Amino acid sequence: MIEGARWRRWIFFNLPLVLFVVGLLFPFYWMMVTTVRPDAELYRPWMAPNYTPFWTLHPTLDHIRYLLGETLFGRWMLNTFFISVLATAISLFCGLLAGYALSRLKFPFAGSLGTGIFITYLVPQTLLFIPLADIIRNFRLGDTPWALILTYPTFLIPFCTWLLMGYFKAIPRELEECARIDGATRWQAMVYIIFPAAVPGILSAGIFAFTLSWNEFIYALVFLSSPEQKTVSVGITSELVRGDVFYWGSLMAGALLGSVPVAIIYSFFVEYYVAGITGSVKG
Amino acid sequence: MAVESIVAAKPYPAAPPRGLVTRVLENERWFASFLLLPTAVLLGLFIAYPFVKGVLLAVTDAKVGVPGKFVGPENFTALLNDSIFRIAVWNTILYTAVTTFFKLALGLWLALLLNRNFRGKAMTRAFVLLPFIIPTVLSTFAWKWMFDPTFSVINWMLFHLGIIRTRINWLGDPVLALVSVIIVNIWRGVPFYAISLLAGLQTISPELAEAAAIDGARPWQRFRHITWPLLLPVTMVVVLFSVIQTFADFQLVYVLTGGGPANATQLFATYAYQIGVGTGLLGEGAAISLSMFPILLVVVIVQLLYIRRVETL
Repeated sequence: MIEGARWRRWIFFNLPLVLFVVGLLFPFYWMMVTTVRPDAELYRPWMAPNYTPFWTLHPTLDHIRYLLGETLFGRWMLNTFFISVLATAISLFCGLLAGYALSRLKFPFAGSLGTGIFITYLVPQTLLFIPLADIIRNFRLGDTPWALILTYPTFLIPFCTWLLMGYFKAIPRELEECARIDGATRWQAMVYIIFPAAVPGILSAGIFAFTLSWNEFIYALVFLSSPEQKTVSVGITSELVRGDVFYWGSLMAGALLGSVPVAIIYSFFVEYYVAGITGSVKG
Repeated sequence: MAVESIVAAKPYPAAPPRGLVTRVLENERWFASFLLLPTAVLLGLFIAYPFVKGVLLAVTDAKVGVPGKFVGPENFTALLNDSIFRIAVWNTILYTAVTTFFKLALGLWLALLLNRNFRGKAMTRAFVLLPFIIPTVLSTFAWKWMFDPTFSVINWMLFHLGIIRTRINWLGDPVLALVSVIIVNIWRGVPFYAISLLAGLQTISPELAEAAAIDGARPWQRFRHITWPLLLPVTMVVVLFSVIQTFADFQLVYVLTGGGPANATQLFATYAYQIGVGTGLLGEGAAISLSMFPILLVVVIVQLLYIRRVETL
C-alpha cells in the first residue's frame, strides 16, 4: 500500500495500472469492434468527420458469415485442434518419462543429457526450418498434419521435461521407496505413485504445450501448402489476404474466433498457466 | 492334520514371477535409457539431424528440387558483401536491444504495480497476460489494421490529442516501420516479463522492505538496495530467454511488414525465409539461418553458466 495522500495513490498506482491494462487490451477491443463493423464504416478514413472509432451503430455479422461460409475457417480450426492435441499428448508422454529419468534415476551422463535437453529448449524454430523442410519432404510428410504433429514436440518436449523435472524433484523419495518395498516394479512406482503426485505439473505443462502448438507459425507456414491442410494462423494469413487486398472485417473475425479456444482454456486454468510460465523460467 | 496343512501350503509369493522385460527394467540404467528413448528419437530426428543437414546445406548451392554441389564457405562470404544481410543483422541487434530494454522496464513496473494488494487483482493479472497467450499472428493483424495509414485509429487519437497534423504512414516509412514492429514486440512481451518478475517479487519477504522503511529508507532506496538485488537472478533468466526469442523472431515482422518497406525491417529469420523459401535458394537460406547460431550460442552459454552459479550458491 502506498503511504500518504489519496492523490499520490492515484498518480503512482491507479493511473499507471489503468494505462497498462487499457494499452494491453485495446488491440483485442479493436478486433471485436472491427469484426462487427459494416464495410461502409470500416473503410471510412480517420480524417472523415463521421469516423467513430470506438463503437458502431450498425453492428453486422456479415464478416463472420463470410468467414464461416466462404472460407475454410472451420477446417483450419479442426486442423489446428487435432495437431495441437496430438503434439501435446506426444510431448507430455515423452516429457513425463524423460523428466522422471533425469530427476530421479542415477545413470552415466545424466547431467549432460539434462543440459542437452535444456539447450534444445532454447533452439528457436527459425534456426532449423529450412533443413527441416527438406527432411519433411524426404520423409514424404509435406502438406500433411503429421509434419507438424511430429515436429512440434521438438520445442514442446524440452519444455515439458524441464517443467516436470521441477515437480518430480519436489515429491519426497520415501513415497516411491514405500511402493518399491511393497513389491512395485520401477515402472509401477513411477506410473502409480509419482505421476499422480505430479498432476498439477502435468496440467501446467499440457496447457502450456497446447497453447504453444496453437500459436506456432513458421513450421505451419513452410510445411503446409494446400488450403484445406492449413492451421488457423496460416490460413488467415494466406487466404484472407489476396495480393494487396486485405479482407479486414473477416480477418479480424478470424483472429477473434481463432483466439477463442486458447482464451477459454486459459480462463479456466490461469493459475496453472502462470505456474507454467514461472516454472519454465525458474528451471 | 492342522500341522500337515500348514507345511503343505505354498510359501506366500513375495513377488509375482517377473518376465524378462520387467527384470531388465528393474536395472536403473536400462530403465533410464528406456525412458529417454522416445525423447532421444524425436529430438534426434527433428533437431540434431536438421542441424547437421543445415550445416551441409549451407555449404552447397542447393535449390528446391536441385541437390546442389559443394561450394565451401561461399554462401557465408557472399553474405558478408550482401547489403540486405547487413541491414538484417543491424536490425536484429537493434530490435533485440531496444525491445528488451523496454520490455524489462515496463514489465518490472507492471510487476511492481501488480505486487500490491487491490480489489480485482487476480482478474487484472489474468487480463494483462492476454497479449502473451493469444496467437501472435492473430493479434499482430489487429495491430496492422490499427497502423493502416488511411483508417488508423492511432492516427485519429494522435490527431485529436493535437500531437500530429497530417497522417502518419506507420508501415510505409522505413524508420517508422521499424518503430512499429518494435512497439508491437514490446506490447506482446511486457506481460511475460511482468508475470515472471511478479512471481520473483512474491518470493521476496515484505518484512525486508518494512525493516528498511523503519530504518528510514525511501521507496527508491528500498527498491534499489533490497528488491532489485533479490530479483536479479529471476530477471537474468527472463531476459536471456526473451533475448533468444526476440533475436530469432519471425512471425511478428512477417505479418506486419514482411520485412519491408525495401527491406527496412528485415531480420535474420525473415530474410532467411525470403531467400530459402521465397526464392527457393536452400543453401543460402540455411546459411542465413545458421548465422544466428554463434550469437545464440553465446547467450545460451551465459545462461547455463549463470544457472549453474545460482544453483551452487
